Amino acid sequence: MLKLYDYELSGNCYKLRLLLSFLGVQYRSELIDFYPGNQHKSPDFRQINPLGQLPVIDDNGLVLRDAQAILVYLASKYDPSNRWYPRESPELLGQISQWLAFADAITATASAARLHDGLFYSEIDVEAARAGAHRLFRVLDEHLFFAEEEGQDWICPGEHPTIADIACFPYTVLSEEGGISRIDYPAIRRWSDRFKRIPGFVVMSGVFPAGPAATDRRQAVA
Amino acid sequence: MPELKCKDPVAVNLWYAIAPLEDVKDARVQRSVLLEQPIAYTRNDAGDVVVWAYEGRPGDAPGDRALPVKERFGYFWTTLGMPERDIFPIPEYEEEDRRNIHAASFGVNASAPRLVENFLDMGHFPFVHTDILGAEPHTEVKEYFVEVSEERDEILASNCKFWQPMAAASSSGGADVDYIYRVPHPFCSVLYKSSPLDDGRNDVIAIFIQPFNQEQVRVHMLLSLLDDNSDDTQIRLFQQTIFGQDKPILENQYPKRLPLDPRAETPIRADKSAIAYRRWLSGKGVAYGVIPPSA
Ligand SMILES: N[C@@H](CCC(=O)N[C@@H](CS)C(=O)NCC(=O)O)C(=O)O
Ligand SMILES: [Fe+2]
Repeated sequence: MLKLYDYELSGNCYKLRLLLSFLGVQYRSELIDFYPGNQHKSPDFRQINPLGQLPVIDDNGLVLRDAQAILVYLASKYDPSNRWYPRESPELLGQISQWLAFADAITATASAARLHDGLFYSEIDVEAARAGAHRLFRVLDEHLFFAEEEGQDWICPGEHPTIADIACFPYTVLSEEGGISRIDYPAIRRWSDRFKRIPGFVVMSGVFPAGPAATDRRQAVA
Repeated sequence: MPELKCKDPVAVNLWYAIAPLEDVKDARVQRSVLLEQPIAYTRNDAGDVVVWAYEGRPGDAPGDRALPVKERFGYFWTTLGMPERDIFPIPEYEEEDRRNIHAASFGVNASAPRLVENFLDMGHFPFVHTDILGAEPHTEVKEYFVEVSEERDEILASNCKFWQPMAAASSSGGADVDYIYRVPHPFCSVLYKSSPLDDGRNDVIAIFIQPFNQEQVRVHMLLSLLDDNSDDTQIRLFQQTIFGQDKPILENQYPKRLPLDPRAETPIRADKSAIAYRRWLSGKGVAYGVIPPSA
């Protein structure tokens, strides 16, 4: 069975739990004591990922690291509908890759601030991390606002969300744990509410399910 | 000693857990903050943990700024003042068949009393820890007892019962779980809950809060369990999952400091222990992390 080297409080691991749940793929979590045990830096774990980072998957002997790379792999392999990663559209693939890279920048900023505040990663320059996250959220918010104006619900054009939405979601919705308020990003708020209503959505610690009041986008914009 | 920013003599004269002993293995100097006072700690050549009020000079060393140290429950504790009493006891910690595990130390942007109050509150289980510590429709908090032990100077809430889908890492299904809560220190609490694996005995979970300042803390979580099945990682991560769910709730409570004015009390059953806690803090004159009752 597919094995996910997993840590509950990791937003990068959560990206994969989300996609696997959306696709209904069975997997087994191998729990890693990321904190306080630092097990991802142990010699044993570095045999699996020399970078000493989570997440990693092992799918029948194929070992892959990096959440975004794994999203590409899992969607290509296990989504027969082809909607989460539409392999036949060069335009969409380009845009998805662009936002996957953007998601890694969210990790480098918003996630870093959260590690600083919650888990005492004291070497992180938290003010710089927060400022960087705000710059990214401003870009994402504007992008989503204009997408909504075009009648689009998701980061990349089309009826269906893609792995770009999955990659950007966790550390955006967890940003407050790093002291990064999202009050100034209403389009991000509406997008994350829509995201939470995707069938198969699961939560992680710190992320709550969508509220009962279904927010109609057009009303919210008006 | 430098002049302290914290002017609350009650808070100053308490013992505080600062770090698990497993984090202080070598001569590396680590830093933290207690009641707005920067501190540093290390293990010296003699093998003892030393803690001092840190001034940030190169080669900063304890000198005359050394602080008292005690080792208890797998952590070292210190104080900025002169506590009249020893650290409260947790007798179960010494029982031979227990697994004593440090679950984590987490930073939380909330006041210490807000954490204690959340820890005492069973009412949030079904909504915040859905399908783990509670589930609808089992939302009722049944009648329980609260007393303040004068002799031990601590709050005791007993006969608390709650139906839980997955009370601990070792659970194999839902169960009615009995709880007892102690508050033996303004910023620490210890709970006892029925052990899924050992009938008639309790698992113990304790939180020891180290206030950085009035609205930011570090919470150290100790587990003392009767569980031969789970490995340390499973036990740890189970507790972290729970706490990760509480964290955003705690950080979004306003006001951040706990209001002690009796008019701020909400008289519902779930809050009986919270009301006792607030009154106990008022009675002690605790001023740190709270909004004192207006005269
Ligand atoms: N680009 C990587 C970043 C992964 C990453 O930052 N993982 C965190 C846990 S969520 C980690 O393992 N950090 C340890 C480190 O980077 O040293 C990805 O997206 O998977
Ligand atoms: Fe909770």
